Amino acid sequence: MATPTLDKADAAGTAEPGFADSPYITATFRIRRFNPENSAEAVWEDFQLEIDPKERVLDALHKIKWDLDGTLTFRRSCAHGICGSDAMRINGKNRLACKTLIKDINPAKPITVEPIKGLTVLKDLVVDMEPFFQAYRDVMPFLVTKETNEPTRERLQSAEDRERFDDTTKCILCAACTSSCPVFWNDGQYFGPAAIVNAHRFIFDSRDDAGEQRLEILNDKDGVWRCRTTFNCTDACPRGIEVTKAIQEVKRALITRRF
Amino acid sequence: MKIHKYDTVIVGAGGAGMRAAIESTKRSRTAVLTKLYPTRSHTGAAQGGMAAALANVEEDNWEWHTFDTIKGGDYLVDQDAAEILAKEAIDAVLDLEKMGLPFNRTPDGTIDQRRFGGHSRNHGEAPVRRSCYAADRTGHMILQTLYQNCVKEGVEFFNEFYVLDQLLVEVDGVKKSAGVVAYELATGEIHVFQAKAVIYASGGTGKFFKVTSNAHTLTGDGQAAVYRRGLPLEDMEFFQFHPTGIWRMGILLTEGARGEGGILRNKDGERFMEKYAPVMKDLASRDVVSRSIYTEIREGRGCGPEGDHVYLDLTHLPPEQLDAKLPDITEFARTYLGIEPYTDPIPIQPTAHYAMGGIPTNVEGEVLADNTTVVPGLYAAGEVACVSVHGANRLGTNSLLDINVFGKRAGIAAAEYSATVGHVELPEDPASLVVGQIERLRAATGNERVADIRRELQECMDANVMVFRTEQTIKTAVEKIAELRERYLNVSVQDKGKRFNTDLLEAVELGNLLDLAEVMAVSALARKESRGGHYREDYPNRDDVNFMRHTMAYREVGDDGTESIRLDYKPVVQTRYQPMERKY
Repeated sequence: MATPTLDKADAAGTAEPGFADSPYITATFRIRRFNPENSAEAVWEDFQLEIDPKERVLDALHKIKWDLDGTLTFRRSCAHGICGSDAMRINGKNRLACKTLIKDINPAKPITVEPIKGLTVLKDLVVDMEPFFQAYRDVMPFLVTKETNEPTRERLQSAEDRERFDDTTKCILCAACTSSCPVFWNDGQYFGPAAIVNAHRFIFDSRDDAGEQRLEILNDKDGVWRCRTTFNCTDACPRGIEVTKAIQEVKRALITRRF
Repeated sequence: MKIHKYDTVIVGAGGAGMRAAIESTKRSRTAVLTKLYPTRSHTGAAQGGMAAALANVEEDNWEWHTFDTIKGGDYLVDQDAAEILAKEAIDAVLDLEKMGLPFNRTPDGTIDQRRFGGHSRNHGEAPVRRSCYAADRTGHMILQTLYQNCVKEGVEFFNEFYVLDQLLVEVDGVKKSAGVVAYELATGEIHVFQAKAVIYASGGTGKFFKVTSNAHTLTGDGQAAVYRRGLPLEDMEFFQFHPTGIWRMGILLTEGARGEGGILRNKDGERFMEKYAPVMKDLASRDVVSRSIYTEIREGRGCGPEGDHVYLDLTHLPPEQLDAKLPDITEFARTYLGIEPYTDPIPIQPTAHYAMGGIPTNVEGEVLADNTTVVPGLYAAGEVACVSVHGANRLGTNSLLDINVFGKRAGIAAAEYSATVGHVELPEDPASLVVGQIERLRAATGNERVADIRRELQECMDANVMVFRTEQTIKTAVEKIAELRERYLNVSVQDKGKRFNTDLLEAVELGNLLDLAEVMAVSALARKESRGGHYREDYPNRDDVNFMRHTMAYREVGDDGTESIRLDYKPVVQTRYQPMERKY
């Protein structure tokens, strides 16, 4: 790849590619294309773009769709990492296209973009999310309380109790974690990290009374014990959730029955 | 074509749609049709909080909240609706807590509250802590909590179903809602949903601006669908520009940052808001702060080589406070700007944020066909609607409140209505308009591209109808939009397939944006005064004699097929607050 290199290189030695007097660089995006209306085979297709490396991968995908090939298909909405629509595999790692800046993924070489793994590809970068959401729904992802008389004011919760499950409330259900998990790739029956994260969010909420039920659901053969602690999920999470730690906490709660 | 029959159909699955669904599913057979998976909705991007006079941390009451809402809206607010909003706010927050929402807590374990723009103690004396929040991801928590409760209630969703048409049928001289027509993105199939009641909760229309905090998918689909069927749109000239969008990108940085003590500074490091709003300073209402920022920029005190932005300074706040209260927005600054907010100020500029106008409704969420007549079976709630609780300028934290209060009201009202009536018979060939539209776009061979027209529209809107407007700029916009609408007739898409055709979807969305941009510009041209978010440099004062009234815009089609916009006006409901000069 003949990509011009910027003069200045930072101390770490990772040169920022680009013209010295222009923010634009030439980058190649190698995208996994699949459209069953045309062909049963998925193929790689290269697109070359003049682009500012401070832009997002999502901006590059938009440039391709809007200016070069309108058939390129992907999901997106908020474009700043909060809606969870655009999880995809970029240079072999699960990321949100809208939170990944081109300069951070070595645009000197072709940047590969493919759909997240383990879910059926419907078209280009769009996968069938239904099995993912089904696993989520299966862990009872809602507050359950036994009290017969609902309080007139809010339930009290200490800041410490609130802090216990803070990390897992950040989940945006983008599926980056679940679709990075080798156990999930091999067996789609496994609940997967995202469902466990959302179970964790309620198991450790002091206001909730259904922790035992959720633990039993996750004690199943497709539950938390399938986790092999590879930390792929933690690496993949665009929200910085310590996913593997949350799974470990659920395992520990299953053993000690304390949560 | 498939035909479905439900009691209640809800269009959109953001905060308002899901809040409505939780109520209507308990009372009637309900389907929720949503362009996006529910948790993708832009409610999730809201950050700072939800206002309610809980008085958990200091003295407060709903009457003060009502007053602030009316004053914030520059007296264009319908005061009966604002009173309902402020009163029911308290239960709306408590409802969410009971549904499981993890609010931040006080040392006593109650819901914590913080300051926000325009919310004051005792009618403007000083800022008050009224915003209930969950770090700086309150919208995310509301969206997740409502979705969780939809799962709990077994709400039936049709995900990635895009509603394109509203069916209205005249029965005994009365126009009633018969249902909607939707396009299934995955297959390209057309679906007709016959329903006794339809609730629009499809969100805003910010994507006709270039620098905006809005998602790509916020293209005014609900407003456009009813407008094309002859129903009015209210107060469309009023659009909110949030003061603190990330420079050039428009990504929202919550007002909660200023609520926590953040300060706006110009290139000289001056805290310029002291000049414009001596009491509320950086926490004046959003329209005031956005105009102040642009005034600084215009007078040469903007930052950067092009002097085109100002700074949001958080550097004096302890890092622990930023981590605990503002983790997401500080992360945005790091990710998108490479800036460390502990030590460096963040470059910001106003960003197109929120449509105060929309589909006119009464306080039960019933859609109006004119100033007084209800369309039986048709409801709207949230940003798509105009109740009007926001008037000419919405206060921060009042939109998360709006979706909960009026989403709930619309859900109950629609389900109760559908329990008392039968289905209205579908018109003959109910999908004809949509089928025609889709087939035309798919088959078109014209040489215009969606992206080019959209880009030109967004640039035109930013240049001409943003924070400052004049007759000249608005006329420029009206002319440009007319030209773009003409060119839109020659638009073609590259993707001719049926499966996940987002190329086609974007073409349809652009059509909606063009229609609504035109309504906005024409409404703005006629309003020869400055009020809230609508600021006319050629008419810099508020004119209560001539313009204390809501704009009602109707699409009219002449005998020869030519389209035009007819403007009418509707009185503002005033109860106990007389208009005063607005000072912060």
